[in-house]
Amino acid sequence: MKELGVMNRRGFMKVSLASGGGMLLGFSWLGACNNSSGEGVIHEQVDFNAFVKIDSSGMVTLMSPNPEIGQGVKTSLPMIVAEELDVDWKNVKIEQAGLDTEKYSRQVAGGSGSIRSSWDSFRKAGATARVMLINAAAAAWGVESSSCYTSAGSVYHKDSDKQFKYGDLVNSAVAQKVPEDVPLKSPGTYKLLGKRIANVDNDAIVTGKQLYGIDTKREGMKYVCISRPPAFGQELVSYDSTESLKVSGVEKVIDFDHKIAVLANNTWAAMQGVKALKIEWTGNESFDSTKDYLTNFKKALETKSNQDPKRNDGNIDTAFEGVEEIISLDFEAPFLPHNTLEPMNFFADVKTDSAELYGPIQTPERTRKRVAEQIGIPEEKIQLGLTRMGGGFGRRLMSDFVEEAAMVSKLAQVPVNVIWTREDDMGGGFYRPMGYYRYKAALDADHNLIAWHHDSIGCSGNLSRQDNFPAGAVENFRVDSRLYETPVTTGPWRAPNHNFIAFTEESFVDEIANRTGKDPLTFRLELLKQAEDNPVGKVDYDTERYANVLKKVADMAGWNKVKPDGIYQGLAAHFSFGSYVAEVVELEKMNDGKLKIKKVYCAVDCGIVINKSGAETQVEGGIIDGLGHALYGEITLTNGKADQLNFDQYRLIKMKEVPEIEVHFIQSDESPMGLGEPGLPPAGAALANAVFAAINVRLTAQPFIKSDIFV
Amino acid sequence: MSQFNLTINQKKYDVDVDPQMPLLWVIRDIIGLTGTKYGCGIAQCGACTIHFDGKAMRSCVLPISNVGDAKITTIEGLSDDGSHPTQVAWKEMDVPQCGYCQAGQIMAAVDLINKKPNPSDEDIHRGMTNVCRCGTYNRIKSAIKLAAEGGKS
Repeated sequence: MKELGVMNRRGFMKVSLASGGGMLLGFSWLGACNNSSGEGVIHEQVDFNAFVKIDSSGMVTLMSPNPEIGQGVKTSLPMIVAEELDVDWKNVKIEQAGLDTEKYSRQVAGGSGSIRSSWDSFRKAGATARVMLINAAAAAWGVESSSCYTSAGSVYHKDSDKQFKYGDLVNSAVAQKVPEDVPLKSPGTYKLLGKRIANVDNDAIVTGKQLYGIDTKREGMKYVCISRPPAFGQELVSYDSTESLKVSGVEKVIDFDHKIAVLANNTWAAMQGVKALKIEWTGNESFDSTKDYLTNFKKALETKSNQDPKRNDGNIDTAFEGVEEIISLDFEAPFLPHNTLEPMNFFADVKTDSAELYGPIQTPERTRKRVAEQIGIPEEKIQLGLTRMGGGFGRRLMSDFVEEAAMVSKLAQVPVNVIWTREDDMGGGFYRPMGYYRYKAALDADHNLIAWHHDSIGCSGNLSRQDNFPAGAVENFRVDSRLYETPVTTGPWRAPNHNFIAFTEESFVDEIANRTGKDPLTFRLELLKQAEDNPVGKVDYDTERYANVLKKVADMAGWNKVKPDGIYQGLAAHFSFGSYVAEVVELEKMNDGKLKIKKVYCAVDCGIVINKSGAETQVEGGIIDGLGHALYGEITLTNGKADQLNFDQYRLIKMKEVPEIEVHFIQSDESPMGLGEPGLPPAGAALANAVFAAINVRLTAQPFIKSDIFV
Repeated sequence: MSQFNLTINQKKYDVDVDPQMPLLWVIRDIIGLTGTKYGCGIAQCGACTIHFDGKAMRSCVLPISNVGDAKITTIEGLSDDGSHPTQVAWKEMDVPQCGYCQAGQIMAAVDLINKKPNPSDEDIHRGMTNVCRCGTYNRIKSAIKLAAEGGKS
């Protein structure tokens, strides 16, 4: 008789995986979770390592350690393990792992880095388990391991009809010595990678059963809403909670760190409780508005930067002297909120000497560290569980909302779910930095681009990517970037830096091409050829892969073909997070002269494609996000306070504005790169360049909707 | 606080709540059906879409005192097992990215297909005004067409 849930120490071992996959912990236990039939069939489940569990029925459970924000890693990362383990995807279950730094090396959702950083260790985790299964079968049969092979969850002997299902081998396999330097499959032999695999949570999502952080409900838990300073830099003077405490359902009001938290027995009551607070904040009349920032940005760029340039090839000062033609354009980037559709929230249950945190966070490890410091409980006494997230886009890289929840729970001594209203979320975010960019280019008498100057200033000191195209292709190339200090909190926003740099650079390249009478595609290919043949300084892109996506997208869009009347195209490409993406936006000029976005063509080189369906949807989503924010996105501030607080004041792209999108992936055996971000950066530039082609207007300030040119 | 008798997914519920509390929060916090989501609280994003006597409605601005005898359906009531043709189409087209808006999108889509069994692009553009922050719009459109086709056969 087997007892449910009791750890069976048979075969326990602990070894470290040199590849960076973290500790391998092999032990077996009884998989009560497999008792879903209710018929009392219990399968013994064995942990091969931190990623792989197989039960005696052959069912494989793969752990997904990285936070899932909609970028698809809960599906794509286990696919990598499954490919090397050689199992049938229909016999695989996926479990979201909580934060466990002993087992997993990088549990972060950011910088499109999950796939990139996990590629080697995840493959090795699968391959190691597969070799252990082969070795166990070979030992049982008394044959050489080299005479055995695997296919779809079974081990076979080449010279006989012997076969073991993985499920039959779990105990003997886990007792095998953990092999080192296991062979990995070559891309040509992949059975699963590159296929279209559906999001593993689809069943739960379409039935409403999927639980997000905001859905967390526990015994004794209070719903909490918080009043925070309405303007960036404002502080709490005093407050009166009398009326708030009269709201039905409100149980407690506490204050901390210039914030006032209302605890209630339902979310609505907590929201009403916050509205009923009478609060005095310090004055914000003297705080700057975004129009002041813009004035100050322009003023600052009138003087030369006194900081070291980010890049300085040749000498732009001498190059700009007495040249045939100087081209210059200025670009304005507004603040952008992340607007994850699931607003910030987190569950916290802080006890005297331990704590549980549970919810949506892109950076669980760093967050736990911050919370530990704040509440004075050591990290190892804090358990952090991850929920599927209703979007991230960079906002959930920040831990402010988790720290808040922990503090409220600590002070109120109850479990809490702190829920932000949309207004809290949009008005008090960590915005994409507002910035201002000035570009200057010098052309010689033969219309060759001989100098390029990027000079930018913004609420972040890092507005440039100085080693990206067209760096390397221009003899005199200088990048200056300056920091403008403000009390506004800013942070990474989907495709940080790239999300606006691509727009500025690719618009400026288009402008130069047009001023020199060159075709924008030909001009880019010429620059890439120059960077290939006579590179200037170090660059971080590959000229051939860059040129290939440009050529491919041109081919898809019929770039050089004659277009029907009223159809115009714009081209842009950008290298970011390891991937090369080129896009063509096609516009239609309507009878009234207004423009409609008709179609977007996109060519991507991200190396090996892990999940075709997931990859495609990430790129499509990135394009839509890029178009939507270029068209409509802007947070303005008046005296430090956001003017847009909800979707009646802040426009997001909707169904009727979305064009048809065609995505092509370049066939490649290069290591795979993540795709949460690279699809976004070129979209705004391709749109602006198409507008220029259509009506000869150069859009330089986002959001474009300010120019009344679209339908 | 007042007593209300609700019919949600063909089940009766008696709740004692503030008459001003929107249906969304009654469904989520009092009854405990969390498939219906909060996104904006001002009927702009559509994450909270439910069916009110069979018609799509945004529940975040509908006070419980205005629900009356209406039959309410939430995403959980569309089918027990995800077998409703629109849910099936959503899985077939692999629509969700983060998934947060999708319950609302599906409820809006079901109502659209009920009204327009063979929706054109124009019908879909007019009928589907819910926000998807991940940008799954094109797959939603394909799924609606697939579901409409499935419904006819």
